[in-house]
Amino acid sequence: MGNVLIVVETHNGQLRTASLPAVTFGKQLAEKAGGTLSLLVVGNNVAGAATEAAKLGAAEVLVAEHPGLEHYLAETWAPVVVKAAKEKGATVIGATSTSTGKDLLPRVAALLDAGLVSDVIGIVNATTFKRPMMAGNVIATVEVGTPIIVATVRQTEFKPALADGAAAPISKVDATVPSDTRAEFVGVAESKSERPELTEAKIVVSGGRGMKEGKNFEQVAALADLLGGAMGASRAACDAGMVPNDLQVGQTGKVVAPQLYIAIAISGAIQHLAGMKGSKTIVAINKDPEAPIFQVADYGLVTTWEQAIPALMEEIKKLKAAG
Amino acid sequence: MKILVTAKRVPDPEQKVKLKGNELDQSATNWQLNQFDEYAVETALRLTENASAGNARDGEVVVVSIGPKDVQQQLRSTLAMGADKAILVAGEDAELDAEIVARTIQKLAERDKPDLILMGKLAADSESNDAGQRLAGYLGWPQATFAGTIEVVDGGKALLVGREVDAGIETKKVTLPAVVTVDLRIVAPHAIKNGKTAKDHAYAEGPRYASLKGIMAAKKKPIEDTTLQALGVTAQKRIKTTTLEAPPARKAGIKVQSVEELVQKLHSEAKVI
Ligand SMILES: Cc1cc2nc3c(=O)[nH]c(=O)nc-3n(C[C@H](O)[C@H](O)[C@H](O)COP(=O)(O)OP(=O)(O)OC[C@H]3O[C@@H](n4cnc5c(N)ncnc54)[C@H](O)[C@@H]3O)c2cc1C
Ligand SMILES: Nc1ncnc2c1ncn2[C@@H]1O[C@H](COP(=O)(O)O)[C@@H](O)[C@H]1O
Repeated sequence: MGNVLIVVETHNGQLRTASLPAVTFGKQLAEKAGGTLSLLVVGNNVAGAATEAAKLGAAEVLVAEHPGLEHYLAETWAPVVVKAAKEKGATVIGATSTSTGKDLLPRVAALLDAGLVSDVIGIVNATTFKRPMMAGNVIATVEVGTPIIVATVRQTEFKPALADGAAAPISKVDATVPSDTRAEFVGVAESKSERPELTEAKIVVSGGRGMKEGKNFEQVAALADLLGGAMGASRAACDAGMVPNDLQVGQTGKVVAPQLYIAIAISGAIQHLAGMKGSKTIVAINKDPEAPIFQVADYGLVTTWEQAIPALMEEIKKLKAAG
Repeated sequence: MKILVTAKRVPDPEQKVKLKGNELDQSATNWQLNQFDEYAVETALRLTENASAGNARDGEVVVVSIGPKDVQQQLRSTLAMGADKAILVAGEDAELDAEIVARTIQKLAERDKPDLILMGKLAADSESNDAGQRLAGYLGWPQATFAGTIEVVDGGKALLVGREVDAGIETKKVTLPAVVTVDLRIVAPHAIKNGKTAKDHAYAEGPRYASLKGIMAAKKKPIEDTTLQALGVTAQKRIKTTTLEAPPARKAGIKVQSVEELVQKLHSEAKVI
């Protein structure tokens, strides 16, 4: 008993690194529950991703491949995951809390008559988990009373699984695509960036409404680039169209926990804090000494970004030059 | 279009969370409508009116909440915004989980046969992000979560939904009936195109305020009182919260006086650059 099935995602035929923490979660849970860990890759032309997944230390990799599964759709993917879970006698089905994981797994839970724990940050035992609630101001311990448990995993709370295992066997599973789902993938407009992924970067530099307009974010970007980090933003900056929505950090956006988070011209609303409070070191730069962001900042600097960013870049360059 | 909107009352997120032993101390809680559900109500209204013709209504918006008697207040506020009817299913938060909520909405959907069920993407208190997708699964309906835009197409038979996903915006087409959960940007000025209101119509940002007329009208609108039992919901609570605790506190930080000092500290104290 206690087999674990983790759904891993792919992007352009490669394994998505966002899935690696869920694999770690799966390993830990399989050990606690005394079962084996299987990874499931769904899609079309995903052989490369399956080969990558096979090195992650799972007992096996399952592949559900079909042209009709090329683009993610909850309606076509959920039945495929359910079939694989039943075939393997999985009692736990998990994935990282990405936008796909959050969309897919509750539907899988419905089809399996299973309870769902979302955004797991810790394992207590095989049926009990810790998760944040109320914008991260409460940590709840929840016990799931269903025979099958479905879980999404907070990416920042489990270490990414390493590709250092011997290659596990890869086998195909039933990939029948249900017809007439009344759902259709039309397209995706991806915002392209050369910077590291927001959720995986060691340093994140975010700007808020106080940046005033999109053009000024070039300075936030320049600072992020100098530090080799990712760029983020508050809701207000996204809503105002200064930057794309997928840069939003917070309860409703991405949850980040880098080594260093620099919040520039962000007031520090609880919904924003929910997405970055787990960062190791937090820097706040804001012209208002009363801004709530200073309450979570390790280092606060009361000044305008117009003053701070150029000076900061100059100092960092000096530091780098000094080696 | 007949739309069922779900609405949960949640504690005001701005209020400091108080714990009493293992439970939330809610003795002084200010309750409000979950913001995403308020956005869902606004979305439903925008979908069923012609804003270019004096907001002439075309369709029905019914708001449902599962909660204690006091939720009447929040339901009344959605009626004041313009919803036509509300349903209050008696239930205490502590007795509910996503399964019971989704099964309840399922029963109502089977009874009232809406074309569309609009929900919030997330309840700000529990943050389960479960009920909508689960409901779609139970009903066997298509789902479009995290909706930032909605366009009515195929003569009202389908929706093109712009979904906020990790990589950017995904466009998904769902044929009605369907479940849609809304994200923050759904209340932007041009987020909804319903095929009747002029395509370039710009709504004011955010959900509408109730007008005085709306508030008066709401007093006469019906709120149906029902129970889980009357609806035939048999699901039992299977997700149990055993402990609640405060997250580890961050150690108090300092204010630095200059950029030089900041860089110095980040380098030699925090060792992050
Ligand atoms: C349901 C819901 C979900 C939400 N989810 C999120 C979320 O996921 N993420 C998120 O970020 N927000 C979220 N919000 C919004 C949140 O409540 C705040 O409104 C938002 O975070 C504010 O953004 P801001 O700090 O950039 O803007 P503001 O609060 O307007 O703050 C701007 C700051 O810039 C400072 N400033 C101005 N000019 C300068 C200058 N020249 N130099 C330096 N500082 C300057 C000001 O002092 C101020 O502190 C959500 C809200 C709701 C209702
Ligand atoms: N008790 C409830 N009554 C009505 N709707 C609810 C209730 N609980 C959750 N919902 C709906 O489900 C959505 C998602 O909630 P959750 O899955 O708990 O994050 C919310 O935005 C609500 O629209």
